[in-house]
Amino acid sequence: MKRLRVDPIECDGHGLCAELFPEWVELDDWGYPIIDARPIPASLERHARKAVKECPKLALRLANTNQR
Amino acid sequence: MSAASKRRAPEAPEGVARLLAGVRTDGRAVSAGEHFRLYGQLPASGRELASELRSSGLRGRGGGAFPVADKLAAVAGQDRRPVIVVNATEGEPASSKDRALARLVPHLVLDGAVAAASALGARRVIVATAEHRGAGERRTLAAAVKERHEKIEWQIASIADGFVAGEETALVNALNGNAGKPSVKPPYPFERGVGGAPTLVQNAETLAHVALIARFGSSWFRSLGTEKEPGTALVTVSGAVARPGVYEVELGTRISELVLQAGGVTEPLSASLVGGYFGGWTRDPNHQLTAAAGLGAGVIVAFPATACGVRESARVARFLAGESAGQCGPCVHGLDALASGLEQVARAQGRDHRDQLERWAAQVAARGACRHPDGVSRFVLSTLAVFADEFALHLRKGRCSGRDRAVLPTAKLV
Repeated sequence: MKRLRVDPIECDGHGLCAELFPEWVELDDWGYPIIDARPIPASLERHARKAVKECPKLALRLANTNQR
Repeated sequence: MSAASKRRAPEAPEGVARLLAGVRTDGRAVSAGEHFRLYGQLPASGRELASELRSSGLRGRGGGAFPVADKLAAVAGQDRRPVIVVNATEGEPASSKDRALARLVPHLVLDGAVAAASALGARRVIVATAEHRGAGERRTLAAAVKERHEKIEWQIASIADGFVAGEETALVNALNGNAGKPSVKPPYPFERGVGGAPTLVQNAETLAHVALIARFGSSWFRSLGTEKEPGTALVTVSGAVARPGVYEVELGTRISELVLQAGGVTEPLSASLVGGYFGGWTRDPNHQLTAAAGLGAGVIVAFPATACGVRESARVARFLAGESAGQCGPCVHGLDALASGLEQVARAQGRDHRDQLERWAAQVAARGACRHPDGVSRFVLSTLAVFADEFALHLRKGRCSGRDRAVLPTAKLV
């Protein structure tokens, strides 16, 4: 199982991740992602990968659940 | 005194004054000679230290309360020769205990670094102080280092002042010649720190405790404090007390007992701020001082009833927003919004938006590279809860029973 993580320093709040993966990402009042910390079910991993790939700042990554 | 008893190793301090047992009354630093007469020499070998620290239960005293034995083990598990960093930067405006240690008993702090270096096979120790706030301590430490005879490469470093400057990664970045701002972990300093070497960053007070545990052992250390949080702690007491200053207390001591030590209150209190600006408010004089109960880096501000908790908290929130490293969106925008929200209530402008403030405060936590937003979140949520009546009065009448009166220090850290 994987978790979605954001590098908060890299992230500029483009918000693409929330469009591509709304099941796991919502935006705060300033447009920065609030990411669901739970492991992502296999059925949704495709959307997560898409969000990681499309992030303009490459600020997203998929981490194994046992990783920090 | 017979010749034999003169040669005997000094005994462990018996009272609550452990770190401060040897403090001189004239305010000058304890010399190496005085220091070693009082506490004796460090053990020749560092082999026992890891296990003694493990059984001592010592936790970091810089605010994070991380188990010291775990941090030591993490550094020991790396394959390069490590570096020791003594963190005496103390960016919290309401805290002065680390600087007090450095100024009054510098050799106790240096001893802790020597003990850690000996246990880890480190040869280089960097003592980090704040450029402006720590100028006096830097002179004392430099003089103390000249009195040492260990095979250690000492460096007294000066770091730009700032609330987040002492955060581990910010400190390591500054020591590496980069901007003193936090970075995303991993890598942690124990993996890649100063010059890329595994780095043990420990708070100055923590290392002073290490110095005594190395000598007198974990059972002695545990003979004071609570089962879960053994030992003594330094607490900086300010606000409406007769003798503000740095006090050494057993962990688990009640606020009321500490306030008595500090000469008692000078006027009635409405609350106490526990743990500094990453901490929270309490109205309970029986509140026990432990890390689990929010002691943080050891700060108590006795807040007088005639001051206004709303306006003071708004001022602190604005200060903290300004101390953001400015790297992470939720911190930059969220902290500014929280400060503005509190300022609006303080000035009785706009509608009641306490729900929104609570939502924002909950949202910014755990969303930065460092824990700065988490700390501010805790402070704001506590302010809203503990000063709820005062908030209601401000919203209805534009003021409460308190006057606009500065109690909490927010000197701009240059």
